[in-house]
Amino acid sequence: MKLTKTLLATTALTVAAGASATAQEMADSMTLVSWGGAYQESQQKAYVEPYLANNPGVSATWDESSAEAVAKLRAMNEAGNVTWDLVDVVASDAMRLCDEGLAMELDHDEVLAAAPDGTDASDDFGDLIVSDCFVPQIVYSTTFGYRTDMVPEGTEPPSSICDVFDLETYPGKRSLQKRPIDNMEWALYCDGVAKDEIYDVLGTDEGVDRALAKLDTIKDQVVWWSAGAETPQLLADGEVFLGSTYNGRLFSAIAEQDQPIGMMWDMQSFDLDGWIVPAGLPEDRLARVMDFLKFATDTQRLADQAAYISYGPARESSAPLVGKHAELGIEMAPHMPTDPANATNVHIYDYEWWADNRDDLDAKFQAWLAQ
Amino acid sequence: MSDTSDTGPVLAADGTPLKRSLRRALRAQKMRALALIAPLLIFVLVAFIAPIADMLFRSVENQIVGNTLPMTVEELRDWDGEELPEETTFRALYFDLFLASEAKEHTKLGSRLNYEESGVSSLFRTTGRDVDDMGEVFQDALEEISPEFEEAQVWYDMMSGGEGADSNERLLSNQIGRLEQLESDIYSGDVGFVPGAAISDILPNTARAYSAFAAFVHFIDEDVVAEEDPWEAVYAALALDLEDPGTVTALATYDGPGADILRQAAAAELPPVDMQTAFIESNEDWSRVEYWEVIQTYSPPYTTGYFLNAVDMEKTTEGIALRDEDERIYGILFKRTMFMSMMITFSCIALGYPIAWILANLPARTANLLMILVLLPFWTSLLVRTSAWKVMLQQQGVINDVLVWLGLVADESRLVMINNQFGTIVAMTHILLPFMILPMYSVMQTIPPSYLRAAKSLGATPFTAFRRVYFPQSVPGIGAGSILVFILAIGYYITPEIVGGTTGTFISNRIAYHISTSLNWGLAAALGSILLAVVLILYWAYDKIVGIDNVKLGG
Amino acid sequence: MSVMTLTPIEKKPLSFALPVIGAAGAFAGLFVGTSHGSGLMGIVVGAVALMALGFVALQVLGLSMEKPVRWGIIALFTIAGVLLAGVPGFVLGVLFGWFFAFFIYWIGEGRYRANLAPYLTGGQVLWHYSFRVLCGAIFVFLITPILVVMPLSFNAENFFTFTPEMLRFDPAGYSLKHYEDFFTSSGWQQALRNSLAIAPVATLLSVSFGTLAAIGLSSEHVPFRRAIMAILISPMIVPLIISAAGMYFFYSRIGLQGTYMGVVLAHAALGIPFVIITVTATLVGFDRSLTRAAANMGADPVTTFFRVQMPLILPGVISGGLFAFITSFDEVVVVLFVGSANQQTLPWRMFTGLREQISPTILAVATILVAISIVLLATLEMLRRRSERLRGMSPG
Repeated sequence: MKLTKTLLATTALTVAAGASATAQEMADSMTLVSWGGAYQESQQKAYVEPYLANNPGVSATWDESSAEAVAKLRAMNEAGNVTWDLVDVVASDAMRLCDEGLAMELDHDEVLAAAPDGTDASDDFGDLIVSDCFVPQIVYSTTFGYRTDMVPEGTEPPSSICDVFDLETYPGKRSLQKRPIDNMEWALYCDGVAKDEIYDVLGTDEGVDRALAKLDTIKDQVVWWSAGAETPQLLADGEVFLGSTYNGRLFSAIAEQDQPIGMMWDMQSFDLDGWIVPAGLPEDRLARVMDFLKFATDTQRLADQAAYISYGPARESSAPLVGKHAELGIEMAPHMPTDPANATNVHIYDYEWWADNRDDLDAKFQAWLAQ
Repeated sequence: MSDTSDTGPVLAADGTPLKRSLRRALRAQKMRALALIAPLLIFVLVAFIAPIADMLFRSVENQIVGNTLPMTVEELRDWDGEELPEETTFRALYFDLFLASEAKEHTKLGSRLNYEESGVSSLFRTTGRDVDDMGEVFQDALEEISPEFEEAQVWYDMMSGGEGADSNERLLSNQIGRLEQLESDIYSGDVGFVPGAAISDILPNTARAYSAFAAFVHFIDEDVVAEEDPWEAVYAALALDLEDPGTVTALATYDGPGADILRQAAAAELPPVDMQTAFIESNEDWSRVEYWEVIQTYSPPYTTGYFLNAVDMEKTTEGIALRDEDERIYGILFKRTMFMSMMITFSCIALGYPIAWILANLPARTANLLMILVLLPFWTSLLVRTSAWKVMLQQQGVINDVLVWLGLVADESRLVMINNQFGTIVAMTHILLPFMILPMYSVMQTIPPSYLRAAKSLGATPFTAFRRVYFPQSVPGIGAGSILVFILAIGYYITPEIVGGTTGTFISNRIAYHISTSLNWGLAAALGSILLAVVLILYWAYDKIVGIDNVKLGG
Repeated sequence: MSVMTLTPIEKKPLSFALPVIGAAGAFAGLFVGTSHGSGLMGIVVGAVALMALGFVALQVLGLSMEKPVRWGIIALFTIAGVLLAGVPGFVLGVLFGWFFAFFIYWIGEGRYRANLAPYLTGGQVLWHYSFRVLCGAIFVFLITPILVVMPLSFNAENFFTFTPEMLRFDPAGYSLKHYEDFFTSSGWQQALRNSLAIAPVATLLSVSFGTLAAIGLSSEHVPFRRAIMAILISPMIVPLIISAAGMYFFYSRIGLQGTYMGVVLAHAALGIPFVIITVTATLVGFDRSLTRAAANMGADPVTTFFRVQMPLILPGVISGGLFAFITSFDEVVVVLFVGSANQQTLPWRMFTGLREQISPTILAVATILVAISIVLLATLEMLRRRSERLRGMSPG
């Protein structure tokens, strides 16, 4: 029996003229979905290029549609024609996709590589596996950057989240994301609500009013953004004094573009980003994508990604391997949101709570914005 | 060709009456014209009109509740909404929810109902995770009584009634039909299981639950029914059946496969079936009447809910009412969209009229060169023009820089011209201006300049001549341009998104938001339908006033 | 005062010319003044300086010295500009110098009346030129955003910002790297290829179906003409976001979402109104007796169409086709919904670029596209002139 298999494999090898036996069962192209920009570039360099080098004949296409991933996967599912193979989404979207059966449930220990010391993948990722469908890649945070040259003379640079609400000490425009998540929590926190009571307060109508009232105090000084590229541009223009955005964008503006921008890590809002595999892939594509997924989320690859962008690798075992920036040669560890010096006071947002209350709060938030 | 035969005969050349011959020719001409139009008409109907109609349909469609919870909806039909529904409703919900959670459809329903009442989403999600445990109580008890209840084959034989037994095809096809509704798919083929007629009579709930299980295993999991262990819901259904004293008597005389273990189970003490408690234990929100009201209110297959939401109203127990003040947004947005589209239209008229006039009155060669200046922005990417306006208008932007450099504005008090209505109006006026200029220009070209000269030589002042002679003739151009600009403005979404801030966004921005972020497609469709209705009314007016064929694009 | 002469160009009295020139100088001086602290000072200095210049040029040196005086004024302004504001001042100085040199003689010698009817009153002349200035301002409004984009595409930094280096005209502030990025990035090149694969096919579809239908519609005997026309024009009328969402749902159902065919069909539908409108407009001026004559001489309908009708309506067809092409080439909302990774077009990439990573590469692409637009517009203009010649009439 074993002999036949070996023989068959050999024949296949000769017939396929060089292609390996496994490659025959795997599709030779993948469509990866991500966010575009520097982040996608870091994935391309850290995961895709080495993978393609190991697997000649395979090609990868990027689709920059992560922002509409849930909507598009739903439509594809309705049509019964899923064209994506691997999708990069934020954790809350992954949970939603998993709930709706649009993403495949995975056994993390089985499909992912173990850490170099043999620790199971599920232990290595730990709590970051927030959903059975989700393979975490990075920890990022939404935090603030400010123009160092616009700090009023004789004042310390802003160091607390509540400085965002302090127009007297720090006059000037601010940019905030055009959504209730994070902003409502920050507002309540700065209105004197204890960190562990924020969601209890926000769950009541009075709490919502209180958060909006706090935001009202700075409303006419706020530029609302909806795309990640906006705050760095606004800061570069000097259009705003400080603004929230993803920490990697700020790093790139500061370190790569030499902009006079400083980081303010207080109450940074942690979030996760990672892969999901769409449900219902044909077998050959599934085999290919699983092969890629195992490779792209191993300890070394996750650490490699940190050489291109300042997001924390999701594996515990990757953290010690984080080295220097690939082009600038600066140490990356101090720029990670997870670095102990940066993570003294962090905000961890409650996915479950927002899943329930998002529709409602969003309606209120948008109505408040429109007024 | 001349056709001035005024005294011709009534017969055509071939002898047929001219009238008939003409009619035939006319019909042929009509057919020929229609044949030329048909391909395009069909194309537009399929590629464009059908999608629009399909989208409008989503604004009233609401089959998800009835498809996911058919038995619950049935039970709730006569519920008065005063007190918590009875145990039978909870039982129906249990079986509905179990199947739905196997098919992973319950969270979709949760998201759908969450649009109407916050919290339904997690209610369905958390309870969906617990339905297995709720049934496991009965599974454990039954397997305690007889280990044979653990065997997949035993269940299969028991429920199919053994070889040659009468079968209950209807029950099975009902369950397949249910699955088809749930999954929006069509299933055909042999499940490999048919419930026995006798056993279905004795154990109606069990037979139904097992048939649903069988259909699911076969069509969705693509496994063999006889080899799969039944769901916990089947055990719960059996426990429910055995609670009925009638079942026990019927079982006494039953001799099909598994009759002995069933009698054994009937004789033993099973945990009581109390789904109400089980659900409330899983999530105490099930004891809140509001959530049940939402399910009841939204159970019909068609709803006006999305449309009500789109006009800031909602269904309450007291009927239809306005939403709370802090949730009203669409009224504001519709009004704002109208107001700003009008502002944009007026500024386009103000800026477009002189340009159209000068283009129409300059020598052709100069006019054509200047026309390129009009068309160039028209053909430059919309995204680029919008970004350009951002660069120009922002506080550190080109215009402010120039004003500060000239000393007209102090550095500390730079003008705020973006992220507000002003920014949207300026950028959109720029983007839509060519749509105003081109129709005006084509109308003004047809006004002979001699009219104006004649008026003047008859003693009119230049202003009077313009007002009484030229302007009235150019009105059709203004009308054409205005309606075109207004209709296009009303539907814009990218430009307001980029330069509009919070006060300069349009209703289309919300539609886009609901389509790609909140996934409330029904509401997006309802908002879209209202917007479309407004546009169609304007379009109709446009057709009445100018006629659609009179739009000219400088060709 | 209306002067009825056969040669309306005549030297104006200094009592008219000098105040006008002085007023213009005061206006310009106002801006220079405000930027240096005192607006009033600027007005006075500007008015006095210009009146002095005007007096010297018109009265002392006279018409014979026009050329050297003009150069002198330009030089004077340039030097003043450099002294006041450095490099930008140099540019402005040259422009203002050129303008005032022209303006002094234009006013002083009465040349402004050259092309006007001799019976116009002074007020009317003033109105005539104010109106021209107003129109000029509107043209500036139309074109400035595009002009602003062009220098930014040479930005050495990765933001849409005029850096201080750029404003100083420092070569270090400029770079071609965004153009290089466009030509070397596989993503942009793929997007360009996709755009070029989608737009022409979509255009071909809308032009061929559209032209046939327009010919059909131009016959007077079509039943339900208005209703049909309404349906055919509707893609232009229905707000794009609604079309996009509708197509997204519907194409998903029939398996066209995310396919090349789907995007082409969607874009073809959007381009159809433009073809219908332009071709029907051309057909309005079409002389039907020509086809009858052709039929009379034995040509069959197909020959008549290609040999007689087509050459005459061709300009309309081409201009409709160009509109349809640009519609597809510049379309972002629908392709974002209906397309998938393999159909990413240029506007799609620009859109995600604006959203995810702002880079002036977008502006470089825009600049290239503007250049292409100019070529297309020039082609259109040439075709139009050809059509005029062919039809021997100007378009109605």
